Amino acid sequence: MLDSPRDEPMRDRPSTLPIAFEAVAFAAGETCILRDVTLSLDAGPATVLIGPNGSGKTTLIKLAVGLIAPSAGTIRYAQPDRAARRQAIVFQKPVMLRRSAGSNVAYALKAAGRATDPASVMRLLDRVGLAALADRPARRLSGGEQQRLALARALARDPEVLFLDEPTASLDPAATKSVEDIVAAAAAGGVKIVMSTHDLGQARRLAGDIVFLAKGRLIEHAPAERFFAAPSTPEARAFVAGELVI
Amino acid sequence: MSALELVFSGDPKLFGIVALSLFVTLSATVAACVIGLPLGALVALSRFPGRNALIVFLNGCMGLPPVVVGLLVYLALSRSGPLGSFGLLFTPRAMIIAQAALIAPIVAALTRQLIEDLWAEYRDELTAMAVGAAGRVATLLWDARFSLVTIALAGFGRAAAEVGAVMIVGGNIDGFTRVMTTTIALETSKGDLPLAIGLGIVLIAVILIVNAMAWAVRGWSERHAG
Repeated sequence: MLDSPRDEPMRDRPSTLPIAFEAVAFAAGETCILRDVTLSLDAGPATVLIGPNGSGKTTLIKLAVGLIAPSAGTIRYAQPDRAARRQAIVFQKPVMLRRSAGSNVAYALKAAGRATDPASVMRLLDRVGLAALADRPARRLSGGEQQRLALARALARDPEVLFLDEPTASLDPAATKSVEDIVAAAAAGGVKIVMSTHDLGQARRLAGDIVFLAKGRLIEHAPAERFFAAPSTPEARAFVAGELVI
Repeated sequence: MSALELVFSGDPKLFGIVALSLFVTLSATVAACVIGLPLGALVALSRFPGRNALIVFLNGCMGLPPVVVGLLVYLALSRSGPLGSFGLLFTPRAMIIAQAALIAPIVAALTRQLIEDLWAEYRDELTAMAVGAAGRVATLLWDARFSLVTIALAGFGRAAAEVGAVMIVGGNIDGFTRVMTTTIALETSKGDLPLAIGLGIVLIAVILIVNAMAWAVRGWSERHAG
């Protein structure tokens, strides 16, 4: 996982995990988006958030990353200083900086305080299969390529935990597989994956444990195998059965 | 001699006026951008008491009458003014200061709006990457560079077309501070219409050429940078 000896100090930082939610709620104005969520994100296999639209998956991820603050409850981080946390996020629609793919990665490396030499940039691009497109303007890449570039930027932070907010929502099956392969490789390399998805097949392929949300509430949190074999709540049973959970 | 004959004859007097006009306006545009771009970006990204009042002030300054700006700069640079000891009044530098003061608020106000809109798009991404305040300003200005060229051109056009401010602080001294717009005003009042029309043609041509060049550079850059 180490890209160069200069990366070692990042490894020396205190662990970012666990991230513990205690009775967390989030409201936007009068609308309560997430309520009474108690959950611990621990090191280990991938945690996949599933649930219908508006269930609070994106909000939960943004809270975990620290992009928004809870309206009620507490989130406890093993590493209180957000800038020192070894975490990264890939959004559903990542913003591509107006520069080449390689420069996007160099930017992320620099922001993370890591070496931005061409070899480091190419290593990350190669990791996501974009080495041949290093000089192409990032905004001219396809949707799948942009998502892989966003993954390279996230990996540039050498994260201990990688959050992904529906990273394959608008991708075709081939592009989805490319993204899943990169995510699986990162997980195999020791990166904790926390990902939201609508795709139950994807959840089965990647998840170690499932967090099922509906109407802003955490309905069920269980190991993936048990969740899919015998969901313990009516809402989860309906969702797994492919019924519309509104 | 007709206006067109004057333009194409290479008349040294006309050439001198055009050259001084370009020097003053381009210098003022650069100075206004140096001040206005970071100022606009900082206001866009900062939250502080009085921010809304500052935004209203900046937006209001976009419509400043050039003669008022000229008068204020005149008072500042006059012998009894706070900057009188520099002896800048009735020099091209005074004209640059006046034009920069006129267009810096335009550049700052338009930049503020542009960067604020862009920040709404970039906020989560840059925050997640733990990019600091200075890095955010630099990143947003760089990524907005193509639109900022248009803002700079708006400032250039405003400066190139104004007459009141440079007339007051420059004094319209023949061969020293006489620029296209002040010459057009003077020659029209004297009845020398060929020179006034010729300079009018050059002024419009300059603005069109600068805009065309900027458009071409923008198109080329967008194709290569995305």
